[in-house]
Amino acid sequence: MMRDPKIAETIEAIVERHSFVDPLGPAGLSEPKAGEPEARPSSDAARPVGIERPFVEGVPDLAKNVILYLDDITVSFDGFRALNRLTLAVDVGELRCIIGPNGAGKTTMMDVITGKTRPDSGTAFFGTTLDLTRMSEPQIAHAGIGRKFQKPTIFEHHTVFENLELAMKTDKRVRRSLFASLDSAEKDRIAATLERIRLSGSATREAGLLSHGQKQWLEIGMLLMQEPRLLLLDEPVAGMTDEETERTAELFVSLAGEHSLVVVEHDMAFVKALGGKVTVLHEGSVLAEGDLETVQADPRVIEVYLGR
Amino acid sequence: MRTPLTLRLLQSTPPAGWIALAVFALLAWVLVPIAHLAIPDGNPLHLSSYFVTLSGKILCYAVVAVAMDLIWGYAGILSLGHGVFFALGGYAFGMYLMRQIGLDGSYHSPLPDFMVFLDWKEMPWFWWNSDSFIWTLFLVVAVPAVLAWVFGFFAFRSRIKGVYFSIITQALTFATMLLFFRNETGFGGNNGFTDFKRILGHDITSPTTRLVLFGLSALLLISTLLLGRYLVTSKFGRVLTSIRDAESRVMFLGYNPLHYKLTVWTLSAVLCALAGALYVPQVGIINPSEMSPAQSIEIAIWVAVGGRGTLIGPVFGAAAVNLAKSWFTVSFPEYWLFFLGFIFIAVTLWLPDGLVGVWRRIRERREAALAQGAAA
Repeated sequence: MMRDPKIAETIEAIVERHSFVDPLGPAGLSEPKAGEPEARPSSDAARPVGIERPFVEGVPDLAKNVILYLDDITVSFDGFRALNRLTLAVDVGELRCIIGPNGAGKTTMMDVITGKTRPDSGTAFFGTTLDLTRMSEPQIAHAGIGRKFQKPTIFEHHTVFENLELAMKTDKRVRRSLFASLDSAEKDRIAATLERIRLSGSATREAGLLSHGQKQWLEIGMLLMQEPRLLLLDEPVAGMTDEETERTAELFVSLAGEHSLVVVEHDMAFVKALGGKVTVLHEGSVLAEGDLETVQADPRVIEVYLGR
Repeated sequence: MRTPLTLRLLQSTPPAGWIALAVFALLAWVLVPIAHLAIPDGNPLHLSSYFVTLSGKILCYAVVAVAMDLIWGYAGILSLGHGVFFALGGYAFGMYLMRQIGLDGSYHSPLPDFMVFLDWKEMPWFWWNSDSFIWTLFLVVAVPAVLAWVFGFFAFRSRIKGVYFSIITQALTFATMLLFFRNETGFGGNNGFTDFKRILGHDITSPTTRLVLFGLSALLLISTLLLGRYLVTSKFGRVLTSIRDAESRVMFLGYNPLHYKLTVWTLSAVLCALAGALYVPQVGIINPSEMSPAQSIEIAIWVAVGGRGTLIGPVFGAAAVNLAKSWFTVSFPEYWLFFLGFIFIAVTLWLPDGLVGVWRRIRERREAALAQGAAA
């Protein structure tokens, strides 16, 4: 029997697409739940959602290797355009820095991604299937986006340990919280995070008594307990000592790959230490994108930062 | 290893708390009955029926104060309309008490007197089955729970917070009061329900009935404190205080504050209603003035005086303010409201942590003095 070469080519293309392996690996993507048929074929996670791989509620589809895709987003407050047709894509496992002068729309962008602000137009996708503009803040958090605020936002009246306990990824509905208690694996996870954020000695201290830098670290620790796929970090090293800043940079670099990170920062030394791709925002849209040297050499960027 | 639930229930209250509760239970269930029934009138140890009723009333108020503190002190939601839940519980139970009068009313009719007075021939539909004690208990819980849930759902879903929420709760209780003032509403208009005769067939004014009601009020207070203690030491309680301190962080951690607020809000309303249901047979009257905005503000003052964010504080706050009130309204009736306003200002300015804060400060000072003494 003769085979049409064109059909053969198409089949080849399909096979190729399906055997595409995601850098994160399927383990990080598909979450086997109790009751679900165990361990699907490992290439499943790499397939785009479609007939062959059903859409799972609240789990982002990362087959296209893009974790965050903002498309043509506009947000205005009383006529002032905080975001002006902003388009931005972040790859899986990437460490992206966002810089830009005050009022460039950096925080508004984070508000849109986390569901705090609804854009006037445009779409924001987490993976290829989750439209963030239609989800509530807790839903977005469950899907795997963690956010660190500009001002450290922790629970000052709880101990450091309790802060991490509350952040831990688990069933966060009322019924579970009423009867929840920690098992030893969970306690170990909290202990490991305490170690990582260098607060093991302060576990039983009230969080409000920590120094500013320690509060920043605690908030980062809380994000890590959430096990997010994407971390949004708004000026994470503000108010930190040089040594703390250095350690934070090391921590973030070690997180990239396992997680995707978007860091908004003013501190150029810190951005340089992170070493990732840099996006410059200006008046609500992307002005330049590339590695730090290229961006810093861009005359438009110099104009925006130094011109006025 | 996870700690089993019964053990956690036991552990949530510290040993000193259990001892205090046991002493209180002994007082309420053994010593007060003995002093009221067995010790004859005239003996200095005899407790009058006035004392028993007044204490029973204060115990009910204390439950309301703890319920209020659960939402205000822990979840940071100030309700200035909690009187409405208290009164609804009272009215639901009052309906049963009205039916228990039977044919002994002034008109000797099976209908409550006020209905005969209005020339009604039959009871409105919501009086259905009101002569059933079990059905009444169901209503006492269900009516305030449904109202609280529906009201809370819309308010919390719209993210109404702070002062705005407080004002809406004031409006809620005020509007309900106006509704209950109307004779056509079917709850006795501005006179409300009174002249109760019996409860479960027993004479409502007999010393034994009084003592049973008093004992039940004590039981309700103890249960409320234990339940409250369990809640605030559970993860649920930690989420509540987190909502109070940094709600946006709670949301970005993946908790939906709506469900948490709604749960504690509805629970608080039900506790108030239970207290209201026990209050009405003890004082012998329920009328719409219980829903007046001033009444609800007073509840907030009890909590502020006792100390927000502690469970025992509101109990003492409710007791202190109400004892002062019963003394003032007899001795200087016209000055009571001025005094109430004064203590509220005084507490806000000088005692932000209420009576509990004072106690803590005294203890810290004593400990510091002891430590100094030991060092020297």
